[in-house]
Amino acid sequence: MEIGVFSGLLGLMLVLGFAAARWRQPSSIHSLEEWGVGGRAFGNWTTWFLLGGSMFTAYTFVAVPALTYGVGAMGFFAIPFAILTTPLAYLLSTRIWSVAHARGYVTPAEFVRDRFGSRGLAAMVAVTGIVATMPYVAVQLIALQAVFKTLGIAGDWPLVISIAMISISTFRSGLRAPALLSIAKDVLLIWVVLSAVLIVAMSGGWGATFDAASTWFSRTPSPADGITLGGRAGEIGYVSIIVGSALSIFAYPHAITGILAAKDRATVQRNTAALPIYALALGLMGMLGFFAISKGVLPVGGDLNTVTPQMFHKLFPAWSAGVAYAALGVAALIPAAVMSISAANLFTRSIYKEYLRPEATPREEARVSRWASLVVKFGAVLFILFVNPQYSAELQLIGGAVVLQTIPAVFIGLMTRWFHRYALAAGLIVGLGFSIGLLYRIPDYAVTGLPVPGSHFGGASWPLANWGFPTTATVYVGVLALALNLAIVVVGSLVLQLVGVRGGSDDIEAADFQADSDDPTLKRLDGLLDGLPSQPVGAHEAGAFGYAPAVDSAGRVLPSASAAVRRRATMR
Amino acid sequence: MAYPRSPERHTPLRPRARGRWLLILPIGMPLLAPVYDRVNPQLWGIPFFFWYQMACALVAIVTISTVYLLSKGRR
Repeated sequence: MEIGVFSGLLGLMLVLGFAAARWRQPSSIHSLEEWGVGGRAFGNWTTWFLLGGSMFTAYTFVAVPALTYGVGAMGFFAIPFAILTTPLAYLLSTRIWSVAHARGYVTPAEFVRDRFGSRGLAAMVAVTGIVATMPYVAVQLIALQAVFKTLGIAGDWPLVISIAMISISTFRSGLRAPALLSIAKDVLLIWVVLSAVLIVAMSGGWGATFDAASTWFSRTPSPADGITLGGRAGEIGYVSIIVGSALSIFAYPHAITGILAAKDRATVQRNTAALPIYALALGLMGMLGFFAISKGVLPVGGDLNTVTPQMFHKLFPAWSAGVAYAALGVAALIPAAVMSISAANLFTRSIYKEYLRPEATPREEARVSRWASLVVKFGAVLFILFVNPQYSAELQLIGGAVVLQTIPAVFIGLMTRWFHRYALAAGLIVGLGFSIGLLYRIPDYAVTGLPVPGSHFGGASWPLANWGFPTTATVYVGVLALALNLAIVVVGSLVLQLVGVRGGSDDIEAADFQADSDDPTLKRLDGLLDGLPSQPVGAHEAGAFGYAPAVDSAGRVLPSASAAVRRRATMR
Repeated sequence: MAYPRSPERHTPLRPRARGRWLLILPIGMPLLAPVYDRVNPQLWGIPFFFWYQMACALVAIVTISTVYLLSKGRR
């Protein structure tokens, strides 16, 4: 019954993903604008679902309950981190959207190239982004694997099936597939969250749940777990992870992809106001980790990632558990798809087109991205095989510690051009070396709470005691490395400017950060896209939708809008 | 990538949004770990630590919507 409902729903989703290529079909999907950012024409609802689908992932619904199940309050960090992201996104994502729209970017690395006048720096940012995305994709694969394990499919098969499903759903349809699937997924997830809350209410409520969890944690050998952080040391680590994770979201290429696919600035802003709704769902899922403890749910074969599916298996009626598995499965497929698309775009735009084949046509770009997205998925498999921490959430934090090092160029670069390109490159390299060095020295912890000798990359929290500080506090590696990185960038920029070394030229103008879809200056867009000034491509082809007069939502005729802008205006 | 400047280029930038300072609430509240790291007072049996952070999400929804509406009224 469980398997039947699960595979039935999942099969339906895959068909939907395959059909997505026809959704709002452009005259050609063979351009990176179409395949990679959905033609930049997604409205309010689609953008909300896509952003939610790509940021609140199976990581949310598998790794977070696994973490609260294992360590208690500390595992709840994902909620404040998700909340903190939204006001920051409100302030900054419109700038990201505008500059990308005005200048035809599909990745953050292209922005860095023009902002700091350095192809080399852009390539470094691209490589960092690709490497950091792999462990995050791995988290999604692990979540899918956990669902299959709970269903009793053991061995390496779950991994193979997961990879195949993700590849099928992206290869053809590009970003349209995850966008369409996000809507279906959220319907399933709302169902799962509501029924979970109902089950908690029927079996004693939250009071009994937390009492049981509290008793459980007081019996475990580890002093760090519990239903509160337990003092200053825990609080320092908690806040450092919140800040580091929230910043890393703005450096991860996949989050930006979701923003770029929106059709105008207002869509982006309205979305950030509604995104905390996902944080509420995330909070409920986090508390379900405690519910699993109170109900004595045991993970399959000691694999903590199976806690959530096991809980559904044990506490839900069989058909309902099947629905829940399908929701988890799709919640893993969507972000994995979006992430591999984003990483592939980075490769195509900042490495392939920049260094290998500058004359690549849009069609060739889209083809290279398709294959590159496959490579990213197999990179993720390598991460699962060689880096396997106890909690899959740590994989995401490890990726975050890496991608955070691009923050000075990608994120702070949105606000200032003061940094020198050589200083940025030096900061990035040192920051990467430092964070990977620290991550290497963090061991895995066994169930007993003791480190496993000879193990590496077991987590992302660095105990300050290792540097001789008399404290049990830990700090997120990404934040430590970013501090060092920033110090080098600031001091380096000062010295280089004093000595008089020429910095890169900044091609971006202040107005580019404010451009909107009704902006007449966006005529430039068609020209900049894919370097084909007179030959509109894909959705930008005039009359692709057959709308003749250019009017905006209020019915005013737009002044001299391009075909692309005109189409967007009529689709409102 | 030099591009000829069109005359419309000099349209004034969008007006600064009012009420942006409100965003200090959803930014600051989730960071006050020493304040919310406690069990009591509980709500429906949920320790303060957890329901406070969930409440932060509601605060974020309300403040960001307010700031958006204020900035839109200005345009």
